[in-house]
Amino acid sequence: MTAVLLAILGPLAVASGLLVFLLWSMARVTIALLASFLAVGGLLIGLGLAYLGVVVILMMTMEMVIMAVFMVAYMENPAGLVRAASSGRRPVSLAFSTTVFGLLAAGIFVARWPHRAGAPLQARMPLRAGGPPRDATFQLGDALMGPQMLTMVTLGVALLATMVGAVALASGRGRYDRFGDDLKGRPPADPVRGGVGR
Amino acid sequence: MAGSAPAWAVPLVPAVLVGYAAAAVAGDAVLAARSAGRRVTLAVLAAPLAEVPRLLTEQRRTTLAADRTLWRLGPLAVPAAGVLAAVVVPFGNVVVSRMSVGVVWFNAMEVLTWAAIWMAGWGPNSVLSLVGGYRLVAQGLAYELPLMLALISAAVGARSLSPVSVAAAQGGHLWFAVWMPAAFLVYLASVLAFSFLGPFGYPAAGDLAGGVAAELSGPDRLVLRAGRWLLLAAGAGMAGPLFLGGGAGPLLPAWAWSAVKTLAVLAALVWARRRVPAIRADRYAEVAWVIVIPLMVAQVLVASAVVLALGGPP
Amino acid sequence: MLRLFLLLAAALFATGLYGALSQRAVVMIMMGLELMLNGVIVAAAAFWRYAAPAGGAQVIVVVVLVAMAVEMAIGFAVVSALYRARRAEMTDMAADLRR
Repeated sequence: MTAVLLAILGPLAVASGLLVFLLWSMARVTIALLASFLAVGGLLIGLGLAYLGVVVILMMTMEMVIMAVFMVAYMENPAGLVRAASSGRRPVSLAFSTTVFGLLAAGIFVARWPHRAGAPLQARMPLRAGGPPRDATFQLGDALMGPQMLTMVTLGVALLATMVGAVALASGRGRYDRFGDDLKGRPPADPVRGGVGR
Repeated sequence: MAGSAPAWAVPLVPAVLVGYAAAAVAGDAVLAARSAGRRVTLAVLAAPLAEVPRLLTEQRRTTLAADRTLWRLGPLAVPAAGVLAAVVVPFGNVVVSRMSVGVVWFNAMEVLTWAAIWMAGWGPNSVLSLVGGYRLVAQGLAYELPLMLALISAAVGARSLSPVSVAAAQGGHLWFAVWMPAAFLVYLASVLAFSFLGPFGYPAAGDLAGGVAAELSGPDRLVLRAGRWLLLAAGAGMAGPLFLGGGAGPLLPAWAWSAVKTLAVLAALVWARRRVPAIRADRYAEVAWVIVIPLMVAQVLVASAVVLALGGPP
Repeated sequence: MLRLFLLLAAALFATGLYGALSQRAVVMIMMGLELMLNGVIVAAAAFWRYAAPAGGAQVIVVVVLVAMAVEMAIGFAVVSALYRARRAEMTDMAADLRR
C-alpha cells in the first residue's frame, strides 16, 4: 500500500516541482507547487503520520493561495503571456543540482541504514510488534509536551517574533501616519476603516 | 488510518450529500417565493432542479486569453472538496473513513475551496471574476482561525480528533452546543463563510455581477453552484457529530436522528442566508481578528479546564 | 523502502536547489527553498517510519513546517518592503546599497 502510494505520488511530487521552474504563468507555477505539496501530504498519510499529513495539506493550501496573491502582485509576468527572461545561470545551476542529486543518491545507496527490528518501547504507548506506534498523533503530542517541550517553546517564541516582525516590515504606515504627529488624532487616518472602529 | 467501511457506503456519501443539498436548495426556493409574495407550489420546489438540464446543455462562454486549465479546475474542485469533506462525517453510525484525524481532514478539505475559487477567479482573465476570487481569500483569512479554534474546542471536549469519537463522547453527557456556545455559533457562521452564501456571499455578490460566477456558463456554472450547496450540506452534516450529539436520540434510529439534526441546521443556515445581508470583508476582518479569535481562545481554555477538572465532558 | 523514500527526498531537494540557484525573482527563490524543505519533510517522515519511530522524528517534521511558515511570512514582508522602497522585486535590482 505504501509502495503503491510512493509509486504514484512520488513522481507526481517531483514532476510538479520541476514544472514550477518550467512553466511561464505564475499562477500555474503556484498551483504546481501546491500539487507537489499535496502529493507529499498524501505520502505522509500513507506512511502512518495521519495528523502531520493532513496538517501539511491544510497549511500548504493556505500558504500557496497567499503566495499566489503575492506572485501576481510582484512578478513581472504573472500570466505567462510573454516569454520569461532567462537568468543566464541556468546551465551552471542545472549542473550543480544534478551533481548534488548524484552525490545524495550515491550516499543513500552506499550507507548502511539501521534496520528497525522492533519498535522502541515507550511506557505510555502500547505497540504492535514490529509495526509503527499505534497512535502517531498521541506520540507527537506526548513528545511535544514532554521531552521536546524546549522545541515547542522555541517554536512558539519564533512564531510570535515572526508575526511581529512581518507586520513591522510589511506595513507601510506607522503610528505617526495613523494618529498624526502628536499621536492624539482620533479616529485614525486609515484608507479602509476596520470593523471595530478603533 | 481508514477503518472498514461497508462497500455500499462509499457511493452513499455523494448521494446523501446531494440529497441534503437539494433539500437546502428547495428550502431556499420556498423562502424566496414567500418573501416575493408568490404561492408555494410544487413548481416552485422543482424550479431549481429544472436549472440542471438547462445548464448542462448551455453553450460554454469563452473569454480572451483565458487560462483554461485553471478555469476548468477551479469550479471542479469545489464540489470535490465538499464530497471529500463529507467522507469523514458520520451519518448515523455509518462513516466511510474512520480516520483518526477526521476533524483536521474536514478543515483541510474546506480550505481547498480557497485555492479552487482563486483559480476560478483568475482563470477567465476578467476583472470581476478576479475581484471575486480575491474577495474569497480576504474572507478566508478572517474566518479560518476562528473555525480552527471552534473545531479544536470540540475536539478538546471529546479528547479525540475523530468525529465518531466526538459524537460518541456526547452520549449521556451534555451536548457540546450547550456548554460551548461560542464555538457552535462560530462554527455555524464559518459554514456559511466557506460556502460563501448569505452574509458571507461577498465573493459571488451582486455588486460584481456574480463575482466568481460572472464568466461561468453551462456545466461550469452548474458545478460551482452545486459545489456551494454541497459544501453547505457537508458543513451542516458535520455540525451534528461535533456539537449536537451525532445520532443520539430517544426513539428513532441513529441515522434518522442524524438526518433530523442535519436538516435542522440546514434550515437555520438557509434562513440566515435569506435574512442577513451580505457583509463586506473589510467590515468584519478586524472584528474577526481582534474580537473573535481571543474569544475562541478563551473558549478553548474553558473547554480544556472543564475537561481536566471533570475528567471528561460534563 | 527507506532508500526509495530518501531518493524521492533527494530529488525534491535537488529540484528546489536548482530553482533557488537559477531564479532571479525573490519569490521564485522562495519557491525553491520551499521545495527543499519539502524534501526534508519526506526524509524525516521516512526515517520515522522505517528507522526510528520515536516522537523526535515527528517533531523534526513540525519544526520544518514552522520553518516554512516563518520563511514565507518574513520573505513576503521583506519583498513588500523592498518593493515599496525601491520598486525592486528581482535580486539583482536589490543588490546595490545605493539609493
